[in-house]
Amino acid sequence: MNHSTLLNVQQLSVNYGGIQALQAIDLTIETGEVVTLIGANGAGKSTTLRAISRIVPIRQGKIIYHDREITRQRPHEVVEMGIAHSPEGRRVLARQTVLDNLELGAYCRRDRLGIKSDIEQQFLLFPRLAERRSQLAGTLSGGEQQMLAIARALMSRPQLLLLDEPSLGLAPAIVREIFAIIQNLRSTGVTILLVEQNANLALQIADRGYVLDAGCITLSGLAADLLNDDRIRQAYLG
Amino acid sequence: MNDFFATYGFLMVSMVLGAVLGLSLYLPLMAGQLSLASPGFYALGGYIAAILSTQVFQVEGNYPLSLLLLEMIAAGLVCGLLGVGVGVPALRLRGIYLAIATIAFVEVLRVLALNLEITGGAVGIFGIPQPFQSAIEYLWIALPLLFASMAFVYRLEKIRVGRALIAIREDELAADSMGINPTYYKVLAFTLGAILAGVVGAISAHFINTWNARQGTFDASIIYLTFVLIGGSRTFAGAVLGGMIFTALPEILRAVADVPSLPLWLSQFFRDGRLIIFGFLIVMGTIFFPQGLVTPGLLKKLRRGG
Repeated sequence: MNHSTLLNVQQLSVNYGGIQALQAIDLTIETGEVVTLIGANGAGKSTTLRAISRIVPIRQGKIIYHDREITRQRPHEVVEMGIAHSPEGRRVLARQTVLDNLELGAYCRRDRLGIKSDIEQQFLLFPRLAERRSQLAGTLSGGEQQMLAIARALMSRPQLLLLDEPSLGLAPAIVREIFAIIQNLRSTGVTILLVEQNANLALQIADRGYVLDAGCITLSGLAADLLNDDRIRQAYLG
Repeated sequence: MNDFFATYGFLMVSMVLGAVLGLSLYLPLMAGQLSLASPGFYALGGYIAAILSTQVFQVEGNYPLSLLLLEMIAAGLVCGLLGVGVGVPALRLRGIYLAIATIAFVEVLRVLALNLEITGGAVGIFGIPQPFQSAIEYLWIALPLLFASMAFVYRLEKIRVGRALIAIREDELAADSMGINPTYYKVLAFTLGAILAGVVGAISAHFINTWNARQGTFDASIIYLTFVLIGGSRTFAGAVLGGMIFTALPEILRAVADVPSLPLWLSQFFRDGRLIIFGFLIVMGTIFFPQGLVTPGLLKKLRRGG
């Protein structure tokens, strides 16, 4: 295995009841990459992220992170190991303030000063959140909540950031703003696995991409190549 | 003044103990878990105190306070251990299923108490020795316990653990993805509630003087539920106030029933229709005050006004 491989998913299968959501998928992410997982609704994109962050039970296969198998780890252990998950639908704590949400994102850390300076770091990255720091998260706009969800995930100082549908339900201008921020995140050294329905946008900022269809990976390659692939254009880019 | 304490001493101590029981239900609710197990732990704590004081310690004359404290610690320990044992499997259930499982737990304890020899079967244990001369003096134990548990819960809400509980209450999946271990904190909150209920039970056994399988039944589950549902499930002040008011309510109803000009059926209803009235209040409360009477917003307003 290459030494810069951060995450290696081998033959991963996940079942929901009797339904097979993922069928033996393989996926690798190198350190520093932005990798995107695209596909239609219900293809298994979110399931893949949930399996990596260990929220859903794994039926078969292995997940190796930093040369360590994490297939049997619990969700909070995975966060401590440096994998942060910004879940689908944002799931910010609506009744807590922006600041409280950020502090909770750093729950696995105990370095108070570091947490404080990281909160300021998030406010630099997301200036809209700085203005609303003592506002309840439920009163933020959808775009701001998405920013908070990403900032909260970053508060655990992850090496690998799992982003689930950051464009979901947002206006195009906000989506562009958020994607610009995601692109900026690479310079901070965080590796990103991005799940998106908006394949065009995702492939524009990613290095590589995987196409998921009905629980199987049907295509993978450099993002630039996928953008020009006729099959992809027809199926996902329109 | 002495007359007043003689008449209302029992009620005042009951109200304070009721407030602590409200807190014992509030603790698991902090993590969003509706557990009705408190009466079971309350009954168990009472039996521990009753058995220890009548069969193990056997003291002549006035019962020493130190032994009562020892019983409280023993009750807290046993209930805490049982709380972990019951909590780990039970808290895999959510919402209404957890409530049902904890009711079942209360029933199991009740049936055990009815049939075991050591608990005195259906007769129960009576003649539990008194550490105090009058009912009102129990406040010396009950009030410090209430203040200590209020201070504990107040503090708990401010620190890391409390924030984790709140995160779990608001969104368990989000808490999961923030690196919080929901099972651990849910069992912790459940166990703290169990300890508190057990300690109150230990005091109550002495206070009531007899202890039998009628303590801590399904009826009690419903009454404790009103404490937090109507009092307020989002602030501990709500649970405390609910505990006090709804412990006093049956007595108030009894006083109302004694008003001479009332028709007979109505005064009968006030006397015996306690559970009907509590049930009605729960239904009304969930419709009109889903967060209870004392809400965080109300407290904020009071603080600003005062």
